Amino acid sequence: MRYSGFRVIAEALTGHKGWKPVWRDPTPQAEYDYIIIGGGGHGLATAYYLAKEFGQARIAVLEKGYLGGGNVGRNTTIIRSNYLLDGNEPFYEFSLKLWEGLEQDFNYNAMVSQRGIINLIHTDAQRDAATRRGNAMILHGAGARLLNRDEVRAMYPWLNFDNARFPIKGALMQPRGGTVRHDAVAWGYARGADMRGVDLIQNCEVTGMRIENGRIRGVETSRGFIGAKKVGVAVAGSSSKVMAHAGMRLPMESHVLQAFVSEGLKPLIDGVMTFGAGHFYVSQSDKGGLVFGGDIDGYNSYAQRGNLPVIEDVAEGGMALMPAIGRVRLLRTWGGIMDMSMDGSPIIDKTPVEGLYFNGGWCYGGFKATPASGWAFAHLLVKDEPHKTATAYRFDRFLKGLMIDEKGQGAQPNLH
Amino acid sequence: MSQSHRIEGGQIDRTKTLRFTFDGVPYQGHPGDTLASALLANGVRLMGRSFKYHRPRGPISSGSEEPNALVELRSGGRQEPNTRATVAELYDGLTANSQNRWPSLRFDAMGINDKLSTFFAAGFYYKTFMWPKSFWEKLYEPIIRRAAGLGSVTREEDPDAYDKGFLHCDLLVIGAGPTGLMAALTAGRAGKRLILADEDFRMGGRLNVETFAVGQALGADWAAGVVAELTSLPNVRLMTRTTVIGAFDHGIYGAVERVSDHLLAPAQGKPRQVLWRIYAGKAILAAGATERPVAFENNDRPGIMLAGALRAYATRWGVKVGERVAVFTNNDDGIRTAIDLQAKGVDVVAVIDSREGGALLPGIRHLQGAEVIDTSGKLGLKSVTIRQANGRSETIAVDALGVSGGWNPNVNIHSHHRSRPVYDDAIAAFVPGQDGPPGLSVAGAAAGAFSTHAALKTGRDAAIAALDLTGAAPDLPEAEDAPTRVTPLWFVHHGKGRAWIDQQNDVTVKDVKLAHQENFTSVEHLKRYTTLGMATDQGKTGNVIGLAVMAELTGRSIPDTGTTIYRPPYTPVALGTLAGRSRGKEFKPFRLTPSHHWAKEQGAIFVEVGNWLRTQWVPKTGETEWRQSVDREVLATRKSVGICDVTTLGKIDIQGTDAGAFLDRVYANTFSSLAVGKCRYGLMLREDGIVFDDGTTARMGENEYVMTTTTANAVTVFRHLEFCRQCLWPDMDVQLISTTEAWAQFSVAGPNARNLLEKVVDQDISDAAFPYMGAGNVTVCGGLRARLFRISFSGELAYEIAVPTRYGDALLREMLSKGAEYDPIVYGTEALGVMRIEKGHVAGGELNGQSTALNMGLGKMVSKKKDSIGMVLSQREGMVQENGYRLVGVKPVDPQGKLTAGSHFLEKGAAAVAANDGGWLTSKVYSPHLGCDIALGYLKGGDRKIGQRMRIVNLLGNLDTEVEIISPHMFDPEGERLRG
Amino acid sequence: MIIHHPILGPRDAQEFVYLGDASLIERPDGMTAGVEVFHEYLYQRTNPAGEHRELWYHEQGDRSWLVVTRNTVTHEITRVELARDVARSKGRSK
Repeated sequence: MRYSGFRVIAEALTGHKGWKPVWRDPTPQAEYDYIIIGGGGHGLATAYYLAKEFGQARIAVLEKGYLGGGNVGRNTTIIRSNYLLDGNEPFYEFSLKLWEGLEQDFNYNAMVSQRGIINLIHTDAQRDAATRRGNAMILHGAGARLLNRDEVRAMYPWLNFDNARFPIKGALMQPRGGTVRHDAVAWGYARGADMRGVDLIQNCEVTGMRIENGRIRGVETSRGFIGAKKVGVAVAGSSSKVMAHAGMRLPMESHVLQAFVSEGLKPLIDGVMTFGAGHFYVSQSDKGGLVFGGDIDGYNSYAQRGNLPVIEDVAEGGMALMPAIGRVRLLRTWGGIMDMSMDGSPIIDKTPVEGLYFNGGWCYGGFKATPASGWAFAHLLVKDEPHKTATAYRFDRFLKGLMIDEKGQGAQPNLH
Repeated sequence: MSQSHRIEGGQIDRTKTLRFTFDGVPYQGHPGDTLASALLANGVRLMGRSFKYHRPRGPISSGSEEPNALVELRSGGRQEPNTRATVAELYDGLTANSQNRWPSLRFDAMGINDKLSTFFAAGFYYKTFMWPKSFWEKLYEPIIRRAAGLGSVTREEDPDAYDKGFLHCDLLVIGAGPTGLMAALTAGRAGKRLILADEDFRMGGRLNVETFAVGQALGADWAAGVVAELTSLPNVRLMTRTTVIGAFDHGIYGAVERVSDHLLAPAQGKPRQVLWRIYAGKAILAAGATERPVAFENNDRPGIMLAGALRAYATRWGVKVGERVAVFTNNDDGIRTAIDLQAKGVDVVAVIDSREGGALLPGIRHLQGAEVIDTSGKLGLKSVTIRQANGRSETIAVDALGVSGGWNPNVNIHSHHRSRPVYDDAIAAFVPGQDGPPGLSVAGAAAGAFSTHAALKTGRDAAIAALDLTGAAPDLPEAEDAPTRVTPLWFVHHGKGRAWIDQQNDVTVKDVKLAHQENFTSVEHLKRYTTLGMATDQGKTGNVIGLAVMAELTGRSIPDTGTTIYRPPYTPVALGTLAGRSRGKEFKPFRLTPSHHWAKEQGAIFVEVGNWLRTQWVPKTGETEWRQSVDREVLATRKSVGICDVTTLGKIDIQGTDAGAFLDRVYANTFSSLAVGKCRYGLMLREDGIVFDDGTTARMGENEYVMTTTTANAVTVFRHLEFCRQCLWPDMDVQLISTTEAWAQFSVAGPNARNLLEKVVDQDISDAAFPYMGAGNVTVCGGLRARLFRISFSGELAYEIAVPTRYGDALLREMLSKGAEYDPIVYGTEALGVMRIEKGHVAGGELNGQSTALNMGLGKMVSKKKDSIGMVLSQREGMVQENGYRLVGVKPVDPQGKLTAGSHFLEKGAAAVAANDGGWLTSKVYSPHLGCDIALGYLKGGDRKIGQRMRIVNLLGNLDTEVEIISPHMFDPEGERLRG
Repeated sequence: MIIHHPILGPRDAQEFVYLGDASLIERPDGMTAGVEVFHEYLYQRTNPAGEHRELWYHEQGDRSWLVVTRNTVTHEITRVELARDVARSKGRSK
């Protein structure tokens, strides 16, 4: 069924009786051409594009819990393509372009809102780095602006300009950056995939992989064996667990990232802001809550919960930047498991097992990548070669010394 | 206005009167009141508006679970949005305003949303607002955002202070109701270090609102007696106004103490709130239970309240919420409310009991098998319509209705480690499940033990079990032990109106039905699609009802439908409290250099370098532009002599018989062959072959080296060396100590550097005695120990001299005065940068964690004759590409041409697209010697492009300058000056 | 979290800096091992959901590197050793 304003009005006037299930709950078939493990944003997007853009059929998405229950349902909803390195920027710009047309494409209002993102600058060295990055963004067609202190002050006059430990000297802005209603992304893709015949199978945990003669034959699940010609894995923080079924070790660690939301407030912050000197970033949701976060907790974890020091650290950054929020209350914290890779960049690649493909290593930047990740992964699954914007996301880049290390931190996942 | 609804009794001090205002209207209350109890005492039921439909709302509770009665408390920088009136303690001079309404609370224009509610069903916004595409950001969203939110935030700085503290105990008891008090008494008498924390300002929990006895005393008096005894014990810390917000790992609990929120302003020197980190050997969750309502049509009007809250206002605060009261219940506790109210002289016109059978209440109209099916009253309850067992409906005029759907144990903190609560049919509620936080046990109502006797007993037993107590335990006082009799009733099946589940977010039974219809049937989907449980109360009263409605719709049981777990914090916490003192200038500590005071006297400009403040330049009288100062500092240094404080560089003493071998492993180049009394430039790689750090390391003795690191990496290099020493080569005889703070170090550079130093150094430092790259221990000023290194970052004849930090300031002053004849100047980081870039030395912009030795033109320094960190992986094919980045120098063809660091290289005539991106400028300065901007940069294949012309473009600033690619060694490339 | 330091007793984890899998102790010899061996050492991780031996550095303390055995699902710590002892037990010397 197609959604529209007219439909909403018509249904409202007739008691909302006509709304149909957004997706089916199909019984798994014996075999599929494609199985995507992971019903989060990336997995659902992959299935959607497999069906819609690559004309494939006989597709299933297997989800251990509920659709959209992974990091797509627990993040700070930011989209941007303000990357520095050649290996990344074309991909994220492709993603941002897909975001810009996404809602019309899948007929679901995910509230893609490009209210701009600014990265605050506090030192000359940061300005130099921002200039390098901003130029790289423009060269890749992503657009960028360098704001001086007064321009930042005009946007947010109540930031700490006059008594700051690290005074604000300007900002790098990407006007096209913004936020998206995160759950709606999962639901929109799920609905679009379901409409195109994809079987979305919830509460179906993959417990093993059947590999014969170096080729994938299917997966063992909590609902029995399901055969597949090709299997794509898109399970973020669970990557190492799932790929262990294929005997693989990965260049990544799982870490917990906490995120935070305040009580609902009348409008305070229009766009997205990052405070590099304080490990803090913030935006305000359409519902009024400040949505913010900071660093990962920093130790390997699958616990989906964090500890107090990071909560305090993030609040300190917030207060240092915004002295007026002292009496704003933190409402809720949550923790997601991040697939932190060795250079901070993702992997979308084939594996040594024929027919088994991997998508992961998104660190805490996976949300913004969702559309391009799905598209590029679908491309790889169908054509056996990487999408042109994702050619650098190879497993062997570490063996070859072709790391994509935006932060220059080296092979230590918790620093990316 | 008089306190029209005040009745006798209660724990308020009627001898004192407190004045306060709500929406500008003055009222009076008493000490012991909350803002909600005082407003109710004055007959004010309407306190807020709901989020989506702007429905008029009053409080439904008397505690922290309140979803409706949210106000903006205080004003100016202290304005506090979304404050629950039910827990805001009244103080003299309190001001509060209603929120989320315009123009007034009684007439709210946005109330139109309520009339249009059928168009605003759950998730409607996902299905529309998509056309035309540009309208979302331009039209729809701005309207939605303007309407969003509840309270408003001040733009002023919060004037109050916040603090943090650490506490340790054998046992933390969370909640000071009968359970917590009995647990505390047991542990306290046993002499254990005990902390008892309660969010209320008066300990006792439900005992303060009940009328029955504990032992020989009224429950509240028994509680007061226990509190008095605990107060007398030295091993007990009682913390009222303290909310335990979360259970973290290994017995660490976060708690917020509201030190001053009950005052007009904090007392001098006192914080508003304190964040405590409590390290508890064991903990007992005695957080009680929260009553839940029943969903029925128009169940959200001011005056409709949880039955237990109605009783609490009467008993604890001496307030009758209405003149004519009814109670709607599915359990015996609701009956207790009716009895208590009637005993206080409140006119209880009916008890609407959904259950059938059993004895009828004497003296009260007790309707069994009846349900409330609708209510009326726009700004406050006027009547309820009931459907009796025989199907007849009847409308009864009432102005207050108490609703009880049963009680939910407060399992929240027990599920902070993601333990899932389990459903207990006997009490029709979720109780704590398995795998809660280690060391945390649950007792009393929080564990589903609802009677007072059970609370006392499980509290005592929990303390004994937690602490392995063996001695005599306190006797259990006599207390009521009524069974929990509840027949589940979640929502009243009737009609087409709206029955609220989540009152703040306006989630109704209809919304849950729609979610079910659209297959958002998993609990998480239900929550996210309808926003159920996402309001400031986090669904404390509503979540279970939503779950039960979904269970009925799907035909599953409640446990099969699932439960959502709770996350910290238990109740919302002010960000100021979490930040504590780390704000403003105190956000991070300042590290000051030994020359800081001297520089400040001179009016120096400082720059943040990590936590350091370094001198950026030192302006002289008459200099108006920073460039004048910097150019002067550079020219004066290169002409005569300049001094720069380089204390911030990391310094590490490395000693032991294997010190040389150790350095060979951690540096890419060789140090074991370095002669005693000499220093060498060292290049340190990470294991991945990328350059980690650089610096000069001197051999001060056979087994004694002094390493310097960059300022930025001082800490990480030391950490790394300890890793190498302890984890990789544990038997090497090598010891490390960081001496960064121990030595003040100055660079003395320029043709007169030696002449100046000879004025302070006691030994012969002639070129013969102390040649280029010499290093050694000397004394200065007649015997003060010092270290001298003949090294140069500036390209001049230069030294670095170090003295114990406390002499740094004196040495600087001594050098300036003794060497006055050479007109020495002090230069800052800007001049330092100019001179190092003129010489092509790498620093921050080049040492970016992404570059190899080869990129920097230092590839030959990586020795392959020995094993060193990073050697192997630096040889990977992607890192030795011929056309990779190489460090080059850059100068504009036209000396007037401008450069900007961060600008990119393009070939002449090439379009500004990524495919043509040649690299970028890492650092740029103006060189007063060359008379133009100069820069260093990483250029693809740069080593083969020396002498070529390219463009430097800054697309952020319309810069497009033709440049010549030159060697990075732009000044005195032969190095004649530094050997002078 | 609290780490029971073998020398100093219980210390708040905030005093420590985390590095990662304790297998980083087992560095190959650069004169004999090539890129592939170093690649396996530096980049590949087991990343278990469960017991994990990992390196923590007591930076705000005595500068000991510790090997902490911690469950990555529950965060329970069952063993803490000096990394130097672990390194020696694995045959590392000079």
